[in-house]
Amino acid sequence: MKQYSIFDIVGPIMIGPSSSHTAGAARLAKTARIISGGNIKNVTFLLHGSFAKTYKGHGTDRALVAGILKMNPWDERLKDSFTWAEKKGIEFEFIETDLGNVHPNTVKFVITKKDGSISEITGSSVGGGNILIFDIDGTQVEFTGDNPTIITKHRDVPGVIWHISKVLFEKNINIGNMKVFQKKKGLEATMVIETDAIVSEEIIKKIKDLSAIEYIKILNPMMEGE
Amino acid sequence: MFVNSGKELIEICQKNKCTIWEYTLESETKESNLSIEEIFEKMRNSLKVMINAAEDGLNHKIQSVSGLIGGDAFKLNAYAEEKETLTGKFMVKAMARALSCSEVNAAMGKIVASPTAGSCGILPAVIISAGERLNKSEDDLVKALLTASGVGIIIAKNATISGAEGGCQAECGSAAAMASAAIVEMMGGTVEQALHAAAIVIKNILGLVCDPVAGLVEIPCAKRNASGTVLALTTADMVMSGIISYIPFDDVVSAMYEVGKSLPCSLRETALGGLAVTPTGLLLKKQVFGE
Repeated sequence: MKQYSIFDIVGPIMIGPSSSHTAGAARLAKTARIISGGNIKNVTFLLHGSFAKTYKGHGTDRALVAGILKMNPWDERLKDSFTWAEKKGIEFEFIETDLGNVHPNTVKFVITKKDGSISEITGSSVGGGNILIFDIDGTQVEFTGDNPTIITKHRDVPGVIWHISKVLFEKNINIGNMKVFQKKKGLEATMVIETDAIVSEEIIKKIKDLSAIEYIKILNPMMEGE
Repeated sequence: MFVNSGKELIEICQKNKCTIWEYTLESETKESNLSIEEIFEKMRNSLKVMINAAEDGLNHKIQSVSGLIGGDAFKLNAYAEEKETLTGKFMVKAMARALSCSEVNAAMGKIVASPTAGSCGILPAVIISAGERLNKSEDDLVKALLTASGVGIIIAKNATISGAEGGCQAECGSAAAMASAAIVEMMGGTVEQALHAAAIVIKNILGLVCDPVAGLVEIPCAKRNASGTVLALTTADMVMSGIISYIPFDDVVSAMYEVGKSLPCSLRETALGGLAVTPTGLLLKKQVFGE
């Protein structure tokens, strides 16, 4: 039998009207923003399924832009996110599309940064404000953002997993879930590690010390009242 | 771990000589890393958001983002204040509060999903109105929210609180059941009585479909929040008079789940059936989204 917290039942506190189309959309976009690393110039939102058909009535568009601006799903500025984006000089557009055999509430973010580099992140809003990120820059991943999550891109050489788990062990952080995605054997891999405790910038710095790590991002869960 | 059924809830509360809210609070501390005080304050925070959402529409005409609904909470509140109503100021004002929450939600305002955004008006309207009537303190309202969450957990464990899975009976039905149980306990009713109230509410809303016009949480959701509120309040009175549900809570919850599963997909939040596909429903959809 599934277990619930009282705050799953009376909660979350959110901006309406829909946990999947508004709160979930904001979470997806904030997560995409963190993965992209910020300094955003332009975002194209490719909307699929129910997101494509009903985004205007549900405020999905405003929620997505709010997330890109790092607003939380309960931030009252969410409604006016377009104005805030304009102030920050972030351009955006929405394109209705077909992303294939994916969840009906799916969005692909094409994020162009000020330095010209592009990040592509795809995820779904799977109900009740919960999300699933499943693609980063063409690499298949899978995580929900419910737990602190470390994402790496690294050279596919022996010892990377050992190095990261050693750093976490030294800080007494337990790993709850871990997946390695080998993109090209010996060349490139991605790893997603979910931990039981918040991961600090200091830990990230230590992990970065290993030269095989090309990219590392930490996503700590969004806590109400932050 | 929180108990799995209403029957177990009655047994454990009898054994520990405690109420549903006390058991729920105690259980949550064991499951989370939070202290009793922290949980209580977190729930107080939710109560404050609920109060704002329930009052906002009484004083302003709120318009939804799509333009489909708005201003009804304001109308109803003015009617309660100025006119001779049939069901009394208390009941009309409670309905206005439920509509206010739904309007705030549809206008991209801040609400507490309880248990969902679509049914976010019932629990606030019921506990705020009952609390006002019975001169209860803010702490008492937080306790009522704890009672409601405890009952909601059992419904979620054994059935569903999602309209996409079980229709509106699972959303507004669960919300009204949770709310009714909460105020029965607030009025000094026993754990059994609280669950009788929850059972009677679900019985009276059993089979209600989820058929939102244009797929938006507006028509008929807002008015179903108002009617769920009335149902929760009147049921509490029925139970406090000594009336019981002949079909016990656990049986009613499993019936709700079975009924929900047997609803066709078109009547489970897809906007492919019911009111959503009436000529007017389709016209309104076109008005919002174009062709």
